[in-house]
Amino acid sequence: MSEVAETHDATQSNSSAAIPRDLVIERLVCWYFVAALTYLFISLTGGLLMALQLVQWNPLQGIEYLSPGRWRMIHTNAIAYGFLANSFLGALHWAIPRLTLKPVLHRGLSYFIFVAWQVVVCATAIGIMMGHAQGVEWGETPTWIDPLALVGLALVAVNFMAPIVRTEGPLYVTLWYFVAAFVWTFLTYAMGNFVPEYFVPGTSAGAVGGLFIHDLVGLFVTPLGWGLMYYFVPILLQKPVWSHGLSLVGFWGLAFFYPLNGIHHFLLTPIPDFLEYGAIVSTIAVEFVVTTVIINFFGTIWGSGRAVVTNLPIRWFYTGMVLYFVTCAQCAMQVTHTFQKLIHFTDWVVGHAHLVMFGVFSMWLFGIMTYLFPRLLKQSWYSRSLCEWHYWLSLGGLLVMFIDLTLAGVFQGYYWASLQPWDVSVQGSQPFWVTRLFAGLAIIGGQLAFMFNLWMTWRLSKRAKAVA
Amino acid sequence: MFESKSGILLIGGLGFFLFAFLSNALVPILLYRDMPEQSVEELVENQNLIYQFEDLSLRYPEEFQEHYGEPTKESLAEALQLGHDIYVGEGCWHCHSQFVRPVSNESARWGEVSSSKEYQNILNRPVMWGTRRVGPDLSREGGRRGNDWHAVHFFDPASLSPSSPMPKYPWFFDDNNPSKPNKRGIAIITYVQWLGSWLEQYPLYEDFVPLEEQMQNPLE
Ligand code: HEC
Repeated sequence: MSEVAETHDATQSNSSAAIPRDLVIERLVCWYFVAALTYLFISLTGGLLMALQLVQWNPLQGIEYLSPGRWRMIHTNAIAYGFLANSFLGALHWAIPRLTLKPVLHRGLSYFIFVAWQVVVCATAIGIMMGHAQGVEWGETPTWIDPLALVGLALVAVNFMAPIVRTEGPLYVTLWYFVAAFVWTFLTYAMGNFVPEYFVPGTSAGAVGGLFIHDLVGLFVTPLGWGLMYYFVPILLQKPVWSHGLSLVGFWGLAFFYPLNGIHHFLLTPIPDFLEYGAIVSTIAVEFVVTTVIINFFGTIWGSGRAVVTNLPIRWFYTGMVLYFVTCAQCAMQVTHTFQKLIHFTDWVVGHAHLVMFGVFSMWLFGIMTYLFPRLLKQSWYSRSLCEWHYWLSLGGLLVMFIDLTLAGVFQGYYWASLQPWDVSVQGSQPFWVTRLFAGLAIIGGQLAFMFNLWMTWRLSKRAKAVA
Repeated sequence: MFESKSGILLIGGLGFFLFAFLSNALVPILLYRDMPEQSVEELVENQNLIYQFEDLSLRYPEEFQEHYGEPTKESLAEALQLGHDIYVGEGCWHCHSQFVRPVSNESARWGEVSSSKEYQNILNRPVMWGTRRVGPDLSREGGRRGNDWHAVHFFDPASLSPSSPMPKYPWFFDDNNPSKPNKRGIAIITYVQWLGSWLEQYPLYEDFVPLEEQMQNPLE
C-alpha cells in the first residue's frame, strides 16, 4: 500500500514533498465530502418533490412527513448546512494545515466536530420533517438545535484558528477570508436565530431576518468559497495570483459592504425607506468590488487559458466565477425599486438563488472534490468522461433552470400587476415549471454520474490496496 | 494592519459586522421600541376573530367540543397560537407572503398597504412576511372566505381551484373527512381568519352577535 501512496505522492505537485504525512487528516476530508454528497441528494430529493408539486404531478401527495412545504425547507437547509458546510469543512481540513504547515488544534476534536455536525444536520432535517421548523428563512433549524449548532461553529473556529494564530507575519489572502468567515459565521448564526425569535417582533425582526439571509450567503459561504479559490487556483495553474493589491481591495470591500446589504431582501416593506436605500446603495457597491476580484482571477489565468479545456477543476472554478459575476450583476439591477416592483416574490428570485448556490458555490466545491478525491483515495478517476458528464449536465441543467425561472418571474410579475385572477398566473407558470422540472432532472443526473464515478473509483482504490 | 491577524479579526470580522448590525438592525429596533407588542391574549380581544371562532364551533360542533371545549378567549388563544405554529412548521410562508406593497396594484388586489404596527405582535416573532408568492398574499385573508371553504380547501385545494399547486393537508382532519377538522385543522383556519381581522376593511365585517343570541335564532 505504502508504495502506491508514495509513487502517487511523487506525481503530485512539487510542494507536497515538504508536507509531513500526518499533517492533513485525509480520512476526515473524505468523510466530510461523502457526508456532503449524501445531503446533496437529500436536498435534490426535496427540490424534486417541490418541482413535481408545482406541476401537480406529485405522486406522494397527502403524506404528512413528505409534505412539499416541509421538504422545501429541507431542500434549502440540507444545501446550506449539509452540503455546503460539510464540503467546506472537508476542504478546510485540507487547505488550512497545508497552507500553514501546522496541524489543526486537536485531532480528537476534529473527529468530534465531524460527528457533532452530522447530528446537527440530521436533527435539523428530521425536526423540519416533523413540522418543527423555525420561522427564519435559511434558518429553519428547530429552535432547540440552534444553541448546539452555535457551539459546533465555535469549536470549528477554535480548531482551525489554532494553526492560523501560530503562523508568523502577514497572512496569505486565503486566510484573511477564513479568519473573517469564522467570526462572521458564528455571529450571523447567533443573530439570525436568536434576535428575531426571542428579542424583537415585526418590522425589526424582518430587518434582522434580511441581514441573516444575506449574511449567511455573504459572510459564511462567500468568504470560504473565495478563500478556497485563492488557495486552489494558483496551485493548479502553478502561478501566483495576478495582483496582490486587487486581492486587498476585494477582501476589504467585501468585508465592509456585504454586511450592509441584508435589508434589500425586504424592499417596499414597512422597513423605513432610508434603511432600504442604504442597502440598495451598498449592494451596488458590492458589484464593483466583485468586479475587481473577477479581474484579478482572469488576470491570473491570462496566458494559461487552455487550462479551462484540459483541467477539469479549473474549468469548474472559472465557470463558477463567470456565474458569480452574472449573479452580482443581476443583484445590482434587481435591487432597484424598478425591478423590485416587478420581480419580487416571483420565480425570478428562485432562479437567482439557484444561480448563486448551485451555479457558483456548488460548482467550486465540485471542482475541489474532482481535484481532491484522486489524491485522497490515491487513485485516479475511474472515468474521465463521467467527470465531463457531471460538468456538462450540471452546467446545462443550471443554465436552463436559471433562464427559465428568470423568464417565469417576469411573466408572473406582469400577471399579478395586471390584476387578473390568481389562477391565471398559476396556469401561465406551468410551462416554465415543467421546464424547470426537467432542468432539475438533468442536474440530478449529473450528480448521479458523479456518485457512480466516485463509487467505482473507490472500488478501484480498494483493489489497488489489496494488490499492494 | 490589512493583512495581520488582529486587523482582520477585529476590524473586518468584528468591527464591520457590528457596524452593520448597529446601522441596519439596531436602528429599526430603536425606532419601534415604543410601539407596544401585543400578546396572544390581547390579540384575541378581536370581535371579527371571535365571530369566526364561534362560527367554527357551530359548524363543527363535535370536533370543536372534543378539541377546544367551549369557544372561550382561552381556547381561542390556544387555537391561534397553534395555528401560527402550524403555519410556520408547514412552510406555508414559503408559498404565501404576508405583506401588501405600495406598488404593482397590490392594494387594489388585496387591500390596504401593510404598516409596521400590524406586525408588532408575538405571532410575528419571527415576522411572517415571506419571500415568495406561489399562492396569493394572505395578510388580508381573514373574512374573505368562509370557514367551510377553508376546510375543504385545506383538505384538497384542487377541488376548489382546479389548477392549484397547493399541497393537500389531510392531516388537518379526522377520518380523512373534510367536514371533520381536527385540532390542527381548526387552529389553522382560526389563524387564517385572524389575518387582517384587525382592519376596518375586514370584508365580512358584521356586528358581533353573542353566541347565546345566535343560538336563539340560528336561522338569522
Ligand atoms: C406549493 C405552495 C403552497 C403551499 C406550501 C401552501 N399554499 Fe396556500 N395556496 C397556494 C396557491 C397556488 C394558492 C392559490 C390557488 C388555490 O386557491 O388553491 C393557494 C391558496 C391559498 C388560500 C386561499 C387564498 C384565497 O383566498 O384565494 C389560503 C387561505 C391558503 N392558500 C393557505 C395556505 C396555508 C395555511 C398553507 C400552509 C398549511 C398553505 N396555503 C400552503 C400555494 C401554496
